[in-house]
Amino acid sequence: MGYEGQVLLENIDFEIRRGEIFAILGGSGSGKSTLLRHLIGLQQPMRGEVEVDGAPPRLGARAPQAGVLFQSGALLGSMTLAENVALPLSTWTDLKPNEIDAVVHSKLRLVGLGGFENHAPDELSGGMKKRAGIARALALEPALVYLDEPSAGLDPITSAELDELLLTLNRGLGTTLVVVTHELPSIFAIAGRCILLDRDAKGAIAQGDPRELRERSLDPRVSAFFNRKPTGGPPRP
Amino acid sequence: MRELLAEPPPRVRFDLRALEAIDAASAALVLELCEELRAGGCEARLEGAHGRVRAILDLVAASPRGVAPRVPLAPPGVVEEIGRTSAGVVAFARQVLDFTGQTAAAALAALREPRSIPWPVVTHVMERTGADALPIISLISFLVGMVSAFQGAITLHKYGADIFVADGIAIGVTRELGPLMVAIVASGRSGAAFAAEIGTMRVSEEVDALRTMGLDPFRYLVLPRVLAITAMVPLLTVLGDLVAVLGGAFVGVVSMDLTFAGYMQETKRALTLWHVGTGLIKSVAFGSAIGMIACQWGLATRGGAEGVGRATTSAVVSTLFFLVVIDSIFTVLFNAWNV
Repeated sequence: MGYEGQVLLENIDFEIRRGEIFAILGGSGSGKSTLLRHLIGLQQPMRGEVEVDGAPPRLGARAPQAGVLFQSGALLGSMTLAENVALPLSTWTDLKPNEIDAVVHSKLRLVGLGGFENHAPDELSGGMKKRAGIARALALEPALVYLDEPSAGLDPITSAELDELLLTLNRGLGTTLVVVTHELPSIFAIAGRCILLDRDAKGAIAQGDPRELRERSLDPRVSAFFNRKPTGGPPRP
Repeated sequence: MRELLAEPPPRVRFDLRALEAIDAASAALVLELCEELRAGGCEARLEGAHGRVRAILDLVAASPRGVAPRVPLAPPGVVEEIGRTSAGVVAFARQVLDFTGQTAAAALAALREPRSIPWPVVTHVMERTGADALPIISLISFLVGMVSAFQGAITLHKYGADIFVADGIAIGVTRELGPLMVAIVASGRSGAAFAAEIGTMRVSEEVDALRTMGLDPFRYLVLPRVLAITAMVPLLTVLGDLVAVLGGAFVGVVSMDLTFAGYMQETKRALTLWHVGTGLIKSVAFGSAIGMIACQWGLATRGGAEGVGRATTSAVVSTLFFLVVIDSIFTVLFNAWNV
């Protein structure tokens, strides 16, 4: 796997189980986002296979099999929040406009943005954009949601609230969540299993429960990653 | 320590028990010393490191050591330069072909299912590229008509043929100047806007977001813009032609003692349907070229805000170049066919 002809990952093999929260970890430039783009189907691997439910992930003119939260939220700037969330519904369902409105309101309420339906994306804070992005990713109620750096750039309180929301989605709705992150508090708060990527190894150097990896890994790169000082403010209660 | 390396003893033990802190550079120095001692046949050991000292030593030990020597880059030779440029041209041509193919596929799919075209987006873009451009197109066309009339009048007045200014303006504007001026303004206004909008969406991952929602960016972003500007440029050209004729008439009435009715009568006599038609055929080609080129640069945007700026500039420059090329091709063809 790589980007613009450059190989970033060449030694990687892992499975994500239905209903779990799986974290893709690693330092800057380790290939986390590239791996995520391959899982989503935005890029095709140079060699090897990526399968979701037994078939390669393909994007095309059909209802998406997974919801995606991009790092910046990637809300369409020409639309209001409600229109953003309604877009996949109006494209892929036969719901009537009033039924779409009801779904949109419920999704925005779920992420704590009830009352912000008519706001434009540029009127929102970074955390609110990510919440709105999650509401859009959940619009079609997919069984699988990919999240790219959901906590990046957020203050510790907003980040903890977002983690709570992800746990609620996972436990309440049974949604499988694949989260790309390097925020240690977030990893330990939500991830059941993880894979740790390393730029020099061009692949995974560890897989498993992040808490166990922190306590028991003998690999100095793994312990250095999990035992580094968390950034971004005081530790969570 | 360097003395140690000169004549290494059989065994060296570094006792780090009392060490409370160490930085990465010191850790690298100690580890390198141990390696050099071992290379000289000495049994070197680090003992008693604990806590953060241990973690930093482990981290440094696991990291690649040393800094690669900086090799001065030789200036590329002529052959290498030709190769690189050719590879760049081939890559660009492939990108343009890919874009054209995908846009054509989206257009065919939309023809089969017209309801799949986002018509509200099309009408919104038509309003921006058409209605919003009316004042600037009118002003520029009027001035172009005036300037052309003044230029023509200088020569025609010598022969007492002032009234033929109307013929020159009518034919020159409808066949050539009108479509080209409108296309140039549309390229600067709408083409730049298309490239910047789509480029910004590209770098802020909005284009990827559309794809993950099963929405084809070619059908959702490119096709509405190409359709809108292809429809609007000919309409703006008709308006521009009319206003330019009025600009010529203004000069004729004010500075050449012609009557407005006489000027318009002469214009009507000089113009044929083909004069206007050839200009409109060109303007359709200009409109679709502006839309396609601008959207192609927008989707090819890489590298944040700077990339958006580069793509916008490239879109306008490429569009202007291709407008002149398309105009030349049509002019040669119309001349060859005597139309």
